[in-house]
Parts: sequence; structure tokens; C-alpha cells
Amino acid sequence: MDLWYGLATGALFGVLLQRCEVLRYDRQLGALRLKDMTIVKFMLSTVVVGMIGVYGLLDLGLVKLSVKPAVLGGNIIGGLLFGLGWGLVGYCPGTAAGALGEGRLDAFWAILGMLAGAALYAEAYPRLLDTVLTWGDLGKLTLPQVLGVNHWLVIGPFALLVLLLFRLFERLRV
Amino acid sequence: MYDPQTRRRPMNPYLGGALAGILVVLSVYGAGKFFGASTTFVRVAGYLESAVAADRVAAMPYFMKEIPALDWQMTFVAGIFLGAFLASILGNTFRLLAVPDSFAARFGRSGTRRGVVAFLGGVLAMFGARLADGCPSGHGLSGTLQLSLSGFVALACFFVGGLITARLLYGGR
Repeated sequence: MDLWYGLATGALFGVLLQRCEVLRYDRQLGALRLKDMTIVKFMLSTVVVGMIGVYGLLDLGLVKLSVKPAVLGGNIIGGLLFGLGWGLVGYCPGTAAGALGEGRLDAFWAILGMLAGAALYAEAYPRLLDTVLTWGDLGKLTLPQVLGVNHWLVIGPFALLVLLLFRLFERLRV
Repeated sequence: MYDPQTRRRPMNPYLGGALAGILVVLSVYGAGKFFGASTTFVRVAGYLESAVAADRVAAMPYFMKEIPALDWQMTFVAGIFLGAFLASILGNTFRLLAVPDSFAARFGRSGTRRGVVAFLGGVLAMFGARLADGCPSGHGLSGTLQLSLSGFVALACFFVGGLITARLLYGGR
């Protein structure tokens, strides 16, 4: 049943990504060149709506969180490496699959590269486990825990900040 | 932006993003699943590798952690492919294209050049995503919407790295 839920959820997500042109190299590089914020608008809209919905349901005891541990060494070095590669490939792992779906043939090479990258990481993993992945291991932390406040006191200001950013985007016409 | 090639306006990204947010909430409520994509590449890589060296793969710690088998996320990623395919066919925006327009404008129409860059970028991006323990789906969407520290740190680093490469490639143009 999980597999069918995954397929249906992915398909609906794929339709939205495709219709908003978020799958395109031009849009992804547009954001990284600070010329076209389409993907940032999409992403932050998803985050704000998802944040309010998930934390609302959490307060009602209807869902569970699945927080990834903060390992600053891995998050920062890995995040920077991802970003450097992302600027070259112009697709992220999820959008590469979607881009191939809308006929972008370069996404095929991107996906092959990503599979090779995953295989390479599996080779390096034992060594990374003793080094980078032990640096700054803070465990499964959320911002409300770090700040010691109720989660709505983070969600409210975050949503407001995002709305101000959106207004800035529209003023600058990016 | 109006696309003269397809004569079709894209969906408003605020609306599309908000609908995707509702989709995340439904998925978490109905199936207990947050979005993610990069682990699937590990499982597929392990599956392909085990076709030639099954014993070796079975003994590798990372493939013991992420077992090469079909799971929710793998069908989710397949679904993105399928959804994008159907939407592009129905919307008449499907386009077989080897070199994206903005890449071609800067580096020429060579499909080989674009293929090599896409491949190398893919290697680096996926290595980084696995080291960071997530990609723009797992950290950027699912991590930040749960207010996780790792999600915000990783997302900021994704953009810093991306801005640097874009600057080197396009020189601020």
C-alpha cells in the first residue's frame, strides 16, 4: 500500500512541479543567478503551508515528526558540495526524474551521474563515519528546541519573513 | 514568464507551491511519509552494483543502512517522472531537448558538453546530498517544514554552493 501512496503522491507532486516549470534547468539556474526566483517561490510556499499543516496536526496528536539529526560537519560540507554540483547539473535528485519526464534528455546524464555519486559515497562511507560525520553531532534538534520556545513562536515570524521576501521578489520582478 | 515556444503560461508558483504543501500534509497524515528523493539513488545504485558483485554490496555498511529494495520513496520518485510526463504531454509542453536554452546561450549547443557537465554535476551533487543526509526535498522541504536545525543548515549551504558555481559559470550575467 505504501508503494501506491508513494506513486500517487509523487505523480501529483510531479504535475505541480511541471506546471510551475520548477523542473527546468533554466529556472533552477535562474534562481542561482538571482534572476528568476520561481523555484524559491514554489519551495517556500510549500514549506510555509506544510509547516502550519504538520504542526497543527502534531498539536492534535495526529502525526509524528521525522527529524533528521543535525550533524554540522555532514550538513555543512555535504550541503556545500551538493550546491556546487547543483550549479553544474541544474537539477536536484527529485527534479531530475521529473525533467526526464518532460523530455529533457540531459537529465538522463544527470541521473547517471547521481547514481555514480551515490555509489562513490557508499565506498567512502566507512571513512566518513569516523571523521566528518562525528563533527558537530547535535542530535535530532529543531529550532523551537534550540530557542526554547513554543513552535508557533517560530512558525509565525518565519511565515511573516517569507511573505516579506515574496513582496521583495515581486517588487524586483524576479 | 510567457513561453513563446509553447504559448502556454505556467501555473503561479505560489499557488503550485501551496498545493504541494497541502500534498505534503496529506502524505504525512495519510501515509506517515515526508518527501525525499536522494536515498532512492543509493538504493538503485546498490541494486545495480549487486547485479555484478552481490556479495560485496551485501557487506558494505552504507548498503546495509540503506537496503537496495523497493520502498515508498522509490515509487514517489518514479511518480514525479510519471506526473511530469503526463502533465507535459497534456499541457503540450513536452519537449525533447538535449541542451537547456540558457546553457546553450552561454556554452553552445553541444549535447556532449552539456552531458558531461550534467554527469559531473550529478556525481558531486549526490555525493554531497548523501553526506548532508538529504537533498532539497529531504532537507529543503521536509526538514525545514518540521523546523529541523539540519534542514535549515543544509538548505542554506545548498544555495551558497549553488550561487558560487552559477557565478563561476555565468559570471553574474
